[in-house]
Amino acid sequence: MTPVQLVFILVAATTLGAALMVVITRNLIHAALWLVLSLFGIAVMYVLLSAPFLAVAQVVIYIGAIAILMIFAIMLTRRSTSEEGPALNANWGWGALLGVVTLGGLVWVLSSWPGFFAAPAPFPEGTDPLLTLGQALVSPNGYVLPFELASVLLLAALIGAIVVAWDRR
Amino acid sequence: MIPLSWFLIFSAALFSIGLFGVLSRKNAVAILMGIELMLNSININLVAFWRYQTPAQIAGQVFAVIVFAVAAAEVAVGLAIFISVYRRRRTVSADEIDLLKW
Amino acid sequence: MADPINAIAEWLQNLLTGWGMAPGLALVIRFALGVIVIATVMLVLDIFLVWLERKVVARFQVRLGPNRLGRYGLLQPFADVLKLLIKEDTTPLGADKFLYNLAPIIALATVLLLWGVIPYAPTIVGADINVGVLYIVAVGAIGTLGIIIAGWSSNNKYALLGAFRAVALMISYEVPMVLALLIPVMLADTMGINAIVASQNVWFIFVAPVAALIFLISAIAELGRAPFDMTEAESELVAGYVTEYSGMKFGLFYAGELLHALTMGALFATLFLGGWRGPFVEQIPILGAVYLLVKALFMYWVIMWVRYTLPRVRIDHMLSLNWKFFTPLALVVLIVTALLDRILEGAGASTLVYTLVMLGANLLVGWITLTLLRSYARRERVKVAEPRPVAVPPEPTGPAGGPVSAAPSVTPSTPNN
Repeated sequence: MTPVQLVFILVAATTLGAALMVVITRNLIHAALWLVLSLFGIAVMYVLLSAPFLAVAQVVIYIGAIAILMIFAIMLTRRSTSEEGPALNANWGWGALLGVVTLGGLVWVLSSWPGFFAAPAPFPEGTDPLLTLGQALVSPNGYVLPFELASVLLLAALIGAIVVAWDRR
Repeated sequence: MIPLSWFLIFSAALFSIGLFGVLSRKNAVAILMGIELMLNSININLVAFWRYQTPAQIAGQVFAVIVFAVAAAEVAVGLAIFISVYRRRRTVSADEIDLLKW
Repeated sequence: MADPINAIAEWLQNLLTGWGMAPGLALVIRFALGVIVIATVMLVLDIFLVWLERKVVARFQVRLGPNRLGRYGLLQPFADVLKLLIKEDTTPLGADKFLYNLAPIIALATVLLLWGVIPYAPTIVGADINVGVLYIVAVGAIGTLGIIIAGWSSNNKYALLGAFRAVALMISYEVPMVLALLIPVMLADTMGINAIVASQNVWFIFVAPVAALIFLISAIAELGRAPFDMTEAESELVAGYVTEYSGMKFGLFYAGELLHALTMGALFATLFLGGWRGPFVEQIPILGAVYLLVKALFMYWVIMWVRYTLPRVRIDHMLSLNWKFFTPLALVVLIVTALLDRILEGAGASTLVYTLVMLGANLLVGWITLTLLRSYARRERVKVAEPRPVAVPPEPTGPAGGPVSAAPSVTPSTPNN
């Protein structure tokens, strides 16, 4: 068991445990904070996958904006200050069954693929993935079109969210 | 040396937990949290495949960055809808927002 | 002896591998020791900052400050810390105990995390990651989370309101801060902080003064210090999100705030004032740490100067200042800097020409902004000076409908004769 594998197992256990607490716990603010912990675990996973930019972007976007937005929304939509009652609806058994079946199905399908047990391919020498990512996002031969479309999407979401939540009183 | 299978099993498990959350939670914001877990598991999947199969092509990371943007946009609009619904119906429990049921 | 830190690290590494330890484990132990040393040094510096803050505010207010305990009052922070430690450790009724205790820890920890990426010398840096600038933004975002947890777990609506305001302020001011941080990244062609310092042959404050100013003001707003300290305005929100905190937990918040101010000063010094650059730093790397400390303390003094001179800004003014002034200005400066950078690099300009052209462009943008602001202020002044309709009371009518005499008739009471 190399140290990297040990780190992976610890981080994966923390993330999956936190994710489980997100979907089970009754108190919504606690669920939001467990979500923050699992998002942080995912950021560490990105570092293990040699993608430090994505790790830091994950913290900025998800934890710094999305999680805080969710906490604000929870606080603004609470019916009362007391507990909300049972967290799971009546069909939670079917949901759990479907989750387990999905997991089993995915693992079973993937294990019949020879690349499943592969080691990582060697990094191409001399190139900096960060530089390549930056150039790919703005080069016409690269991915500038999805990049611009994503920014238009964000603008549409911004305007749409303001219009939908506008208080017309 | 971490084999690819570990990352894929981890992301499949996270996806399943998110799926369970979406299907079984009452509160709409909690359902949105399940969706976030699923999106994150997909991102881990993309970046794992990028690192292990084609680290020379940056398409995997670009896809992950675009998924970041889409997830942020979706959360913003979703929460705006929930706040608007809360103003009318005073509830965000998915069981009780059923005006269109026949 | 030029670089004692690295010499000690090498000696430790050789010692541990000589004992038969795996080199990877020795590396981990070395880094863990580095973390402990940095955290300890920063927290000890924090205590010194309490004294510095009180002395400087006293001098700004033409008084002496603490001078009873020890020479020049240097033992005053120890008395403060002792007082905080022996205070009763209360938890409000109905508060979420775990989160209530977690919030001050997050607030202080996110400040210490920043010191891991600041380069102290050309060869001494905690973690030389190639996305250092984005890491700074990320850690600031986690700090925001600590404030929400503090406000919500206090079970106090004033604390919650204060936390909402503080978080709204902090996430709003992240936008011009990130845009201003993009400019040193563009000028140095890299996001790694050590590389940005190494590429500052001319300090970036001379090449991009408007960006430096925007970064400084956004950093002061992120810190929640005056003039942006609406969140702890004593007259309105009691104490904002720290209302329910007392004793050492409040001490952690307070110490975290002061250390955050020094950290922002050190970041400004690193990104715009050349960090560890100075004379003789290639021969004696440890001098770099001294230069950095001097520059960081100078910027901390500037932040304190702003705090104790300017009055508080209203919350809606703060937010409109951010969205209507700083963000457009930062975008304009970003575009101008990017264009000029490409043009000058393409034309192969020398360093002097580059610096002068960039400085001139920044001053031009600043002058245009000031002109626009002045005309806007003139229009606002004209609008405010217009005679406003004043409410006039209606003519008083008596019971018979006729006008009542202005003064009631006074019949002098005749004394009994």
